[in-house]
Amino acid sequence: MILGILADSSAGAIASGAVKSVSDTLKAAASNASNAASGNWIIEHASDSHTLDFLPFGEIHLPVFPPIHVFGLSLDMSITKHVVMMWLVAIIVFIMMKIVAASYKKSNLPGKFASAIEMIVLFIRDDVVIPAVGEKGKKLLPYFLTLFFFILVSNLFELVPYASTPSGDISFTAALALIAFLVVQVSGIMSNGFFKYFKGLVPPNVPIFAIPIIAIVEVMGLFTKPFALCVRLFANLLAGDIAIFSFIGLIFVFGTVLAAPLAIGFALFIEILEVLVAFIQAYIFTTLTALFVGMAIHQEH
Amino acid sequence: MLVQLDPGVIIWTTFTFALLLLVLGKTAWKPILKALETREESIRQSIERAEEAKNEAEKLLEENRRELAKAEEKAQQLIKEARELAEKMRNESVSKASQEANKVLEKAREEIERDKQQAITQLHGVVAELAVKAAGKILDETMDETRQKKLVESFLNSLQKN
Repeated sequence: MILGILADSSAGAIASGAVKSVSDTLKAAASNASNAASGNWIIEHASDSHTLDFLPFGEIHLPVFPPIHVFGLSLDMSITKHVVMMWLVAIIVFIMMKIVAASYKKSNLPGKFASAIEMIVLFIRDDVVIPAVGEKGKKLLPYFLTLFFFILVSNLFELVPYASTPSGDISFTAALALIAFLVVQVSGIMSNGFFKYFKGLVPPNVPIFAIPIIAIVEVMGLFTKPFALCVRLFANLLAGDIAIFSFIGLIFVFGTVLAAPLAIGFALFIEILEVLVAFIQAYIFTTLTALFVGMAIHQEH
Repeated sequence: MLVQLDPGVIIWTTFTFALLLLVLGKTAWKPILKALETREESIRQSIERAEEAKNEAEKLLEENRRELAKAEEKAQQLIKEARELAEKMRNESVSKASQEANKVLEKAREEIERDKQQAITQLHGVVAELAVKAAGKILDETMDETRQKKLVESFLNSLQKN
């Protein structure tokens, strides 16, 4: 309790930027708590790192590779926390889908788990991809399904203890947006032809003087769309992550167990909300990508 | 710190996603989507077949109904015909019988008439003879020849008148 009050006061003091008269021992004792109060630990949790934290059991230090130099750029290909989490996500998605596939191999009537997945698969197929892209979307269905489940499981990792969501890392979402960008452009070029596709970016019946401006806007639009995809997913997940940890952090900011029920109650509320957000964000990313693909293929609309 | 693009992670993510897509596409999505499509196809076919069977049954029912109506109509007609025939036959037999009876009656009448005529002619002879005998007997005793003659003539005249 005393420590809590001290921590609280010192946190306020640090925030105001005027800590001078506190003794060394108190400083040392408070340094941990001030860390909690300043919220750095939240940022540390959310951002990428080279260690997997399993407090209080210890931590695993991931290997750090020396940077590779390609085309004058130095690439750090180290396996970071988020890369490990991403691999876990990939493995879980793979195992899930193997179970479902095996269930279908046994009989045409799926089991309970396969039925649940089937519902999502049918939803992606009939309500997301085919309305947006048309019958051509069936070929791209594996991409959209992989995308949806990869993002979904990755989002849900936010709620798993000791895990951290790769979706809260902008590099991860940027990579997915990059792939989405490539899929959109390639499907547009493949179905319209290279020159026709880029010519079709400018809608017909545009006055001649406006063509250059429209063309610039449309070409910019090509890049802003995936950029928005990337930032939307990243920001939503990071915000949820920070909100949960902020509420948990209230316990340490107040320095008393009495704050726990309220803090945990709020954190639980946010966590439940995050389950919803996980599904919604996965759905939005998939739907918008499908929409962009549809727009690239059917340029006349 | 937070909003910092890490090319390493981008490359790893792209690589992981591509690999996952490749592996899942081969081992999971293909069988799952195929199974779903097969099932949908089989459901569609089942519904179609049921529809067909229903139509067939309805057609058969309709046919049966029509057939039944036809049969009933035919039966009615048959009954009617039979009734008419019976009526006709009865009428015929009745008229034939009455004709026969009439014929028999006529014949009997003729016979009677003939017998009567015969009897009358026989009776004429016998009466004349008897009368002559009786007259002879009476006249033999009381009458002369002229009176006798006159009497016989007058008697014969009265007979002829009758």
